[in-house]
Amino acid sequence: MQMVVENLKVSYGNIKALHGLDFGIEKGEIVCIIGANGAGKSTTLKAISRLVPVEANSIMVFDGHDLNAYPPDRVVSELGISHVPEGRRLFGNLTVIENLKLAAFARKDRAAVQDDMEKVFSIFPRLRERGKQMSGTLSGGEQQMLAVGRAFVSGRRMMLLDEPSMGLAPILMLSMFEALKEINREETTILLVEQNARLALNFAGRGYVIENGRIVLEGNSPDLLRNEEVKKAYLGG
Amino acid sequence: MEFVLQNFINAMQWGSFYALIALGYSMVYSILMLFNFTHGDIFMTGAYIGFGAATVLLFLTASVGISVPGWLLLILTILISMMLTSLLGIIVERVGYRPLRDAPRASAAITGLMIGIILETGNLAVLGARRFSFPSLIETVTYNIGGVYFTNKKILIVGVSLFLMLLLHAFIRKSRWGMAMRAMSYDYQVVPLMGVSLNMIAPMTFAIGSALAAAAGILYGMAYPVLDPYMGVLLGWKSFVAAILGGRGSILGAALAGFLLGFIEIFTAMIFPSTLRDLIAYTIILLILTFRPYGFFGQPYTTQLRL
Repeated sequence: MQMVVENLKVSYGNIKALHGLDFGIEKGEIVCIIGANGAGKSTTLKAISRLVPVEANSIMVFDGHDLNAYPPDRVVSELGISHVPEGRRLFGNLTVIENLKLAAFARKDRAAVQDDMEKVFSIFPRLRERGKQMSGTLSGGEQQMLAVGRAFVSGRRMMLLDEPSMGLAPILMLSMFEALKEINREETTILLVEQNARLALNFAGRGYVIENGRIVLEGNSPDLLRNEEVKKAYLGG
Repeated sequence: MEFVLQNFINAMQWGSFYALIALGYSMVYSILMLFNFTHGDIFMTGAYIGFGAATVLLFLTASVGISVPGWLLLILTILISMMLTSLLGIIVERVGYRPLRDAPRASAAITGLMIGIILETGNLAVLGARRFSFPSLIETVTYNIGGVYFTNKKILIVGVSLFLMLLLHAFIRKSRWGMAMRAMSYDYQVVPLMGVSLNMIAPMTFAIGSALAAAAGILYGMAYPVLDPYMGVLLGWKSFVAAILGGRGSILGAALAGFLLGFIEIFTAMIFPSTLRDLIAYTIILLILTFRPYGFFGQPYTTQLRL
């Protein structure tokens, strides 16, 4: 297992967001977490990225490293876990290239950075065309490309994606997921959370269903797609 | 006409101090959303460090018996003071602000004020109540062009200030550190997700702001050679007003508003008795802020997305 999470508990004040999640991810896998709004999907990703504090005895191990010992920036720069946040959160006052350069700021392997930038441009040729443009002026689809490209450059052992389909037209969604598959083929493990369960399960090999901060169901994607409860709750009958 | 030109030059000099100090407030605000209320006293400390450096340099050159041109001593004094004062800025960030990064902003503001008082009274305790006068490193030369009098020092003060501002501008626009600062000013919560530690960018920002304040301190000492532990209080607050007037977090705004403040003060004093100067000048600024509460280049308060 590349990542092992056990008994992950997170609270916001008195409100418990996660009640003890257990899951694991193999290297090179694509795994999705599906669930309704407020189920705890984003919180799970934020816990891994160390953006929210976890409760005692929450175990998160990545490549043999205890994530709890790392501050958020070193989770990215040393362990190589990147995070595409909900709503993309690009630096709108920076150009496309500057956004990518900032993502590589802490990396020491200058030559590899150049290679990774080139890979981003070959996966998303639009970004090369837009290179000198302020990222705030990009279209929604291009912004999502840049958000993913930025994450790829910042750390590429594992990519956490928070609702990458949000706000994209259906055709753009599909091409985005095609691009993510290409990134996965570059040996980047992908953990994705999505409200669009059908899309996510068609893309990922395995999935976890999360409700009110608890994992209620898990399995291979084809099984989950056939599961009656999943169908009723998340796939529109 | 000469009278106006004369005051124009004075206003440029006076505004230089405000602008250089205001930049420090604005830079720190733009990346950490807090006002560093120690900044006025960092300016004061910078002036004292400059005084110390100049005194030591003069003593050394005199005892060795070599003659070093005054301008070189001045440059050395400015550089030494900028370096040491930026160290002070880093310490203030590390000791005073970093532990409070997630605390309410009022706590950070109070801490800033307290560190300021410590610097003032610490200075008083160490150096005593006597006032020092800043050594004159270069000869004053007065020029008279068409009835307008100005000194080489005034030109130097304005010139060095503008040069440092351009340097800062280039740094923020062109360097990778400047890029990180710009990113942080846009959305500091996402910066760690890029693998960039706030603990690298924040001290850097304090260091640069403090270095500019130190330069302002020495230039101020050239124009008004009497040093006083409380010299940074009023000047610091007024520069803070300039930072607000320019727009919270706006670098260009801070520089322009600093000069504007200099102009408003000098030209108010030109028309009205000087005892009324600040009363009238700051009433004007209050009126401007009534109609433009977020300053010239600031953004209206927005509800930022939270991670």
